[in-house]
Amino acid sequence: MENKDYAAITEQAPGHKKVEYQYQADNLQRSEPPKYKLEDLRQEEMIINIGPQHPSTHGVLRLEVLAHGEYVVDVVPHLGYLHRCFEKHAEALPYNQILPFVDRMDYLAAMNSEHAYVMGVERMLGIHQQIDKRTEYVRVLVAELNRLSSHFVALGTYGMDIGAFTSFFWLMRDREHINRLLEWVSGSRMLFNYLWVGGLFYDLPVGFEEKCAEFIAYLKPKMQEIDELLLQNKIFIERTASIGVLPMDLAINYGVTGPMLRASGLAFDLRRVDAYSVYPELAFDIPIGKGEMGTLGDCWDRTWVRYQECLESIKIIEQCIAQLLGDHKRTRDYNPRAHVPKKIRPQAGDFYVRAENPKGELGFFFRADGRSDIPFRCKARSCCFSNLSVIGELSKGAMIADLIAIIGSLDMVLGEVDR
Amino acid sequence: MSNLLEILRQQVDSNLPDLNTNDSPASLQVEAKHLLAVAKVLYTHPDLYFDSLSCITGIDNGPTLGTMEVAYNLYSIPYHQSLMLKVVVPRSVEAMPVVPSLTGIWRTADWHEREAYDLLGIYFEGHPDLRRILMPADWVGHPLRKDYQDPSTYRGITVK
Repeated sequence: MENKDYAAITEQAPGHKKVEYQYQADNLQRSEPPKYKLEDLRQEEMIINIGPQHPSTHGVLRLEVLAHGEYVVDVVPHLGYLHRCFEKHAEALPYNQILPFVDRMDYLAAMNSEHAYVMGVERMLGIHQQIDKRTEYVRVLVAELNRLSSHFVALGTYGMDIGAFTSFFWLMRDREHINRLLEWVSGSRMLFNYLWVGGLFYDLPVGFEEKCAEFIAYLKPKMQEIDELLLQNKIFIERTASIGVLPMDLAINYGVTGPMLRASGLAFDLRRVDAYSVYPELAFDIPIGKGEMGTLGDCWDRTWVRYQECLESIKIIEQCIAQLLGDHKRTRDYNPRAHVPKKIRPQAGDFYVRAENPKGELGFFFRADGRSDIPFRCKARSCCFSNLSVIGELSKGAMIADLIAIIGSLDMVLGEVDR
Repeated sequence: MSNLLEILRQQVDSNLPDLNTNDSPASLQVEAKHLLAVAKVLYTHPDLYFDSLSCITGIDNGPTLGTMEVAYNLYSIPYHQSLMLKVVVPRSVEAMPVVPSLTGIWRTADWHEREAYDLLGIYFEGHPDLRRILMPADWVGHPLRKDYQDPSTYRGITVK
């Protein structure tokens, strides 16, 4: 075949758009310049760029590491590679249409984010007391299933970051069951749009509660395996114990929440503190870090707290299933959309709502002007954003290999950091 | 919470307005010049102890009203109390509105203030490292301002 000018041919093809990007060698320097300048470095110091495409950064996070030999002097994260303008979009959409965008923030825990958002809008409308008990139990059930799957990704990928490969496969295998269960409920595997303002998209499919109970029975021994395989593994302990120690006062000052704060020794869980939804009716413990393998608030403690939270979620799911098959069982006249408002027009005012996501406190700030169905301002307080901001403090003086262990222990989703 | 107002009126400014209970949690509007002093009292006073700053939201009220706002959502872990602080500053096209930075009290303010600076163009006085955080450093304009116009090209790529 003769040599053809394929570029010229494709340009003539119908609907073809010319590549307009103008390459310039300093484009990166101009759009995201490093904080440290070469001339400011001291002797023996160097700048190492990690990411944004490095697998250990769990997405598109770029870290500018100022290193002295093998030791980290400072870490400067550069964000925004996954910025999808959530807040800008939210200023142009009615409240119920923002929900799919909320899914896409923390795409590993979409149900939990939906729960926070939906709860916020319901409180603004003042209909949060009218929601059926069954609706609330379904919400908590799917949110806790999603919490499990989010923690599975956290534990699995964290193991993989520091060399434990098997646990990743095992946890992904079990997460697949959750994905399929939630797909059965909502029609999609990760981005559900299932919890609606005032209710649910649909009731649970017939037989879901039983299948869910089957899954939990299957999962319990598997969790024991993960404990033995990953958490009690000698290599894993040596890579994580006393690494990246986060003291409690520092964590609070940096706005760190969720399992990271609890690993530092504070039993602070919004499901208990704010007692929203039906959580006050459910029995579960709040695991906190104890410094069992090293220092309180180290990487091992954070992993251990996430693992323990999986066990607590299993407890919650079991109680929800019991309720959904017992007192709040499926009836003919139950309508999950009974309280879905036709028009969402909250009173003027500012509202801040928060809920416990798998990664920490997810908050939404709304300003309603009282005249439209569109929020005047909607800001998402992302847990990963605040949790990530502490990385500079955590990794000062650590080895570069430990920096990878520290990044993994933060369990961030860049979709939520950048929004 | 009435206790809170007493303490603040005594220590900072006797003309502080009442809490606005229309907002949830109740909000307190302070002048920009008093913000740092109010925040310090809220953080350090043993009866208040707002040790955690959850969220900072910048709000543009639009060119007709001509103001910008910053809302701070504070939470006291030991007392289980929430409070919203609000600062209203005039908005102009030429100069950025200026609000004192709270980075010295809650370090979580660092990134949140950078975000408000990036997306709304609010200048936080005393911030140690006020750079753009989500948008590229050479981006022109602040996208969450109500009068923001999308650029037609970016690096030669037609956007619109």
